[in-house]
Amino acid sequence: MPFLCIGMRKKLLRADFLVYRQLNMAQEGTGEQMKAFLILEDGTVFTGSSIGSTRDMVSEIVFNTSMTGYLEVLTDPSYAGQAVVMTYPLIGNYGITPDMESVKAWPDGYIVRELSRMPSNFRCEGTIQAFLEAQDIPGIAGIDTRALTKILREKGTMNGMITTNEAYRMEEILPRLKAYKVGDVVSRVTCTEKKVLQGEGKKVALLDLGAKDNIARSLHRRGCEVTIYPADTKAEEIIASKPDGIMLSNGPGDPAACVSIIEELKKLYRTEIPIFAICLGHQLMALASGASTHKLKYGHRGGNHPVKDLRTGRVYISSQNHGYVVDTENLDTSVAVPAFVNVNDGTNEGLEYVGKNIFTVQFHPEACPGPQDSAYLFDRFMEMMGGAE
Amino acid sequence: MPRDNSIKKVLVIGSGPIVIGQAAEFDYAGTQACRSLKEENLEVVLLNSNPATIMTDKDIADKVYIEPLTVEVVEQLIQKEHPDSILPTLGGQAGLNLAMELEESGFLRENHVRLIGTTSETIKKAEDRLEFKATMEKIGEPVAASLVVESVEDGLAFANQIGYPVVLRPAYTLGGSGGGIAHNSQQLVEILENGLRLSRVGQVLVERCIAGWKEIEYEVMRDSNGNCITVCNMENIDPVGVHTGDSIVVAPSQTLGDKEYQMLRTSALNIISELNITGGCNVQYALHPDSFEYCVIEVNPRVSRSSALASKATGYPIAKVAAKIALGYTLDEIKNAITHKTYASFEPMLDYCVVKIPRLPFDKFISAKRTLTTQMKATGEVMSICDNFEGALMKAIRSLEQHVDCLLSYDFSHLSMEELEEQLVIVDDMRMWRIAEALRRGMDYDKIYAVTRIDKWFIDKFARIVEMEQALQTQELTPELLAEAKRMEFPDSVIGRLTGKQEHEIHDLRHANGIVAAYKMVDTCAAEFAAQTPYYYSVFGSENEVEETRERKKVLVLGSGPIRIGQGIEFDFCSVHCTWAFSREGYETIIVNNNPETVSTDFDIADKLYFEPLTPEDVESIVDIEKPDGAVVQFGGQTAIKLTESLMKMGVPILGTSAENVDKAEDRELFDKILEECRIPRPTGGTVFTAEEAKEVANRLGYPVLVRPSYVLGGQGMQIAINDHDIDEFIGIINRIAQDHPILVDKYLKGKEIEVDAVCDGEDILIPGIMEHIERAGIHSGDSISVYPAQSLTKAAKEKIAEYTRRLARSLHVIGLINIQFIVCGEEDVYVIEVNPRSSRTVPYISKVTGIPIVPLATKVIIGSKIRELGYTPGLQKEAEYFAIKMPVFSFEKIRGADISLGPEMKSTGECLGIARTFDEALYKAFIGAGIRLPKFKNMIISVREDDKEEIVEIGRRFEKIGYRIFATAGTAEALRNGGVKAIPVRKIEQESPNLLDLILGHEIDLIIDTPAQGADHSRDGFVIRRNAIETGVNVLTALDTAQALITSLENTDIRKLTLVDIATV
Repeated sequence: MPFLCIGMRKKLLRADFLVYRQLNMAQEGTGEQMKAFLILEDGTVFTGSSIGSTRDMVSEIVFNTSMTGYLEVLTDPSYAGQAVVMTYPLIGNYGITPDMESVKAWPDGYIVRELSRMPSNFRCEGTIQAFLEAQDIPGIAGIDTRALTKILREKGTMNGMITTNEAYRMEEILPRLKAYKVGDVVSRVTCTEKKVLQGEGKKVALLDLGAKDNIARSLHRRGCEVTIYPADTKAEEIIASKPDGIMLSNGPGDPAACVSIIEELKKLYRTEIPIFAICLGHQLMALASGASTHKLKYGHRGGNHPVKDLRTGRVYISSQNHGYVVDTENLDTSVAVPAFVNVNDGTNEGLEYVGKNIFTVQFHPEACPGPQDSAYLFDRFMEMMGGAE
Repeated sequence: MPRDNSIKKVLVIGSGPIVIGQAAEFDYAGTQACRSLKEENLEVVLLNSNPATIMTDKDIADKVYIEPLTVEVVEQLIQKEHPDSILPTLGGQAGLNLAMELEESGFLRENHVRLIGTTSETIKKAEDRLEFKATMEKIGEPVAASLVVESVEDGLAFANQIGYPVVLRPAYTLGGSGGGIAHNSQQLVEILENGLRLSRVGQVLVERCIAGWKEIEYEVMRDSNGNCITVCNMENIDPVGVHTGDSIVVAPSQTLGDKEYQMLRTSALNIISELNITGGCNVQYALHPDSFEYCVIEVNPRVSRSSALASKATGYPIAKVAAKIALGYTLDEIKNAITHKTYASFEPMLDYCVVKIPRLPFDKFISAKRTLTTQMKATGEVMSICDNFEGALMKAIRSLEQHVDCLLSYDFSHLSMEELEEQLVIVDDMRMWRIAEALRRGMDYDKIYAVTRIDKWFIDKFARIVEMEQALQTQELTPELLAEAKRMEFPDSVIGRLTGKQEHEIHDLRHANGIVAAYKMVDTCAAEFAAQTPYYYSVFGSENEVEETRERKKVLVLGSGPIRIGQGIEFDFCSVHCTWAFSREGYETIIVNNNPETVSTDFDIADKLYFEPLTPEDVESIVDIEKPDGAVVQFGGQTAIKLTESLMKMGVPILGTSAENVDKAEDRELFDKILEECRIPRPTGGTVFTAEEAKEVANRLGYPVLVRPSYVLGGQGMQIAINDHDIDEFIGIINRIAQDHPILVDKYLKGKEIEVDAVCDGEDILIPGIMEHIERAGIHSGDSISVYPAQSLTKAAKEKIAEYTRRLARSLHVIGLINIQFIVCGEEDVYVIEVNPRSSRTVPYISKVTGIPIVPLATKVIIGSKIRELGYTPGLQKEAEYFAIKMPVFSFEKIRGADISLGPEMKSTGECLGIARTFDEALYKAFIGAGIRLPKFKNMIISVREDDKEEIVEIGRRFEKIGYRIFATAGTAEALRNGGVKAIPVRKIEQESPNLLDLILGHEIDLIIDTPAQGADHSRDGFVIRRNAIETGVNVLTALDTAQALITSLENTDIRKLTLVDIATV
């Protein structure tokens, strides 16, 4: 029953209701729905029911602890090359709303405890079931997502497969899972050509490494004219456009794999143009200036991580989505010094570049989903560019 | 920022007696905060008038004062103890108001005491309607159009301007006392008049009605460095219009998208920052269901019922963190006590769903209006946790212990479709069941939504439960269907009823198919970090994560469920002390309970906490996993006692008094046999099942007789019958409440009522003291003023009481606690009227005033120690040098339509203590503590029944002597005048004005003494008088003994000369 929202149920009569109910019972766990399996690299198998596309998928399995914002998560390009487990068990409660962070859904797969059959919200445009189908995202529902999360926490992020083939053969699958690499995903998610958001204020060049829309929106709201560049844009082109500031976006994958982008960033680093970077942009700038990154055991993905602004001592709750982190042990403090730190595990959450007008953060001041507490960093960027006009 | 070392001695003010709107949650918060302060090696001075609390234990604070919560007392206490700081935000509104008064008067400054945590400016900004509105306008936070009025005229004018309906909210009152929604000018006048009087500052807010919007709450924390976090948000299933304390609440919010969630979260952080709160705060919102428009309803700059719920729902200890913040710590310096890995500066993420349902007292107040409004009526609440909403709701329903276990439990099937549609408008405690019936009949979601404004997401969830009922009724019970029903937490008994099978068949079918409960941990972080605090909830169809523990002996402690009249916080006190005692003896302790307001469900009380319903099936699932070495049931009130038989069937040994002996005390015939063997007299009586049998027994005994169901606490359903007609009526009422047990009919003896709690080790007994009730038999012991040591007993009577207690305890083979109630007629005729082989309501009180730790002693005895080995000489202990009086406290003003006259059925919600060297002072303190502060206007009304006319003369004379002007109804006035007391006769209420009612509404009456006629035929007049008096805030006494006690205390004491007693030294 695609895109059925509560408002549309008005005309269903009792007989329809019964049919509808049977459909739903079938969909949701009392028997006849299509089975799906989640097979992990370590051989663990979860059996649930298929949601979205029924095709097989192999990907890196990561978990997100946000309690709201499933649509923003689904449309965050940083999830390209990964399948997401939502730890909150009730997903889809408010349906599909106009809150997409990019044009489409990016995760390879979607793993939930329960999808709501009846979304309810004044902005609801459809169900998440229909959305997953339309976006051709395979998924699995009805599994013990907490048990899965604990496995990922204990053993670290690992690869997995979602399949609806009941006759799957473990010995064939496990080598495929082990072989899976997220690989170069930035090129998949970045825009193909330059776009401009008109504005009267500062001119910002936004390098789209897989940007969430709210980065551009946050700048645009502050009056900026935002030019969005594809990830493979040469530094010279950006510099030639004489922007007041450069914004490096979030994005997916292993930062160290973005070799050619790092080379371009080295050139941007050498200019005097103010630079603000988020997430992957933050990591790439660190790599471009000689620092290193490493992969976290299971990453930070959710809307509750405390980060401390080392300049003020204030702690903010942040939106996070990253699997890699900048190393601080061997950080050359004559180049960059930590600006933010994660209060939970002490990992780096931001850098301030010495003698440069460059400031980068690991977390997501653009939120969407998650807390808006660090939105002030866009204001700080405005100041770096000489203040709002 | 590290701790402020100038803070060395902190005064913590508690919230006083339990009343509706201010209940056990403040004991939980206060206890947690005091422990948190003591962790920092601070000296803690505690003031709370409520002896039933855990916070008033000497192991919680260094100095404990169980004294009335008045400005005068706090002033004296400060001058005696010289604390340097007061922590005012943990004792609810009562504590906050006191601290504010002292701050405003300049007393704190003069005595070099400062408020820590939130400042007085902040409190004023949040609590004063005008300042609050101005502050919100300043930061652009929307509030509903409103005006603070101080007169009815202004209220009428403003309401005409903004249009009806309007909401009325008195400033500075508890639980929204005196508030309401007015749909027209007549209602406005009625509510406003009352509200103006109840408000401490004589102000009422008249506001645009936003009823029907979504009601959302955020719990926010902020430290002195400006760091803030939200602990959790909650969504009320009942939209704006029902007090949040009376609403079914779910956490986290279910129908808010990230946009709405973050919009309100940001707003909450802006508000707490602007108000400059350091500590915890609760912000309530109304969110328009069809737009992003919202209004801030209210901010509470302190811990609250909602913060207790949020703490239990998330595992985040709000009160503990608030206390640390008050000492100067910042959130990133305080460790998360659950994970030990993360810090308090994070936001809990839930991977489950929490449902809270209020426990409403309509089973006690049959005549009361069940309608739910902005004035809170619930006495307590239950919470449940599950990985799906349906499951959480089903578990919460059966946790209520109100004979409900599914959405079929209130039967509306007899209504026609039209009637059902009409009744959907009714907002009461049965609304969810009406909606379920509407769904069963196929009513459109939109129609239900249009009437109830309950979000369709919730309606659909009710529908899923209804669909499951129907699937179970019509389909074959396959293992798949059964698994799905269990996932939704249908109890086996309900599945059995729906499928036409026996409960045990369902149980067996489940086990044959491996469909068993698994337990998940509440860890604050959705499994992101490993947690170390074992706090569990059950789910079906998932992996169990309880770690098996076998090192120590394991004991299961069964809690007492939701707070209700008759089973209150006292039993939580007992459960917690029992747990601690077992722990000290080397046991691994496991608590099962479902009440989010209590100390027992705090994450670090027991080794393991199971937040679960207290039904046999739910307990069995825990037993299957834990395999405890034994269970204790004698501390958890009737809730735990009722589980005894089931536990034995599960093979769990009952520690302490055996089930068989518990039964003997309840089973009339067995009990009579024991009394006979022990040669102990009791009022004659009989056991009956029908009204006919009851009348036969009553006529044999001669009226008046006491009629009551067996196996209940708090005298539920107990009545004094004076004729056959009464019997018919009472038996009818008893049978309306499902009743598996027989009904008892006893001869009613009018003597002194005496109560004793004792510890028995099988041979010896220890009686800490004898308590005497001021009111004569016939008024429930929980509603009587209780005096220790007993005042008017002869030595012979005391000896007889001790001896009977010993005989009974031994003959019932009591191991642990026993509570016995006696009636003493004349010099030494002692009758036993009730025996409860378990802990009782008076245990905390008698423990505190005698200094004998009864619960730990009983626990040691249960484990196997003997009283003699524990350093006590058996028998009745030496009387203390203090008089300690326990005074019942009522919440009648909150329950419209409830009859306030006292009788054998308990009606009080809480209690306070008066302790002093003299009886009169103790009594005076107890009255003050209960909120009776006289004299004011020195006008009183007396209206007594025929039997009391002789006795009233002396009481009237004494009131006259201290300056009271007495108004009286014709008969009473005549009796008074014949006795030489001046009395002004007033017309009855049905007569023309000015009559009795006008006098009451004239607001110049201090006190009414009105003794109702006995029996079911209470005069309608008396009822109206008493209700009106209560609703206008006039004190009403319905027993002459209470009136006598009051005049005695008024004659003798002056409040400024009170002596304060540190309970820790008793």
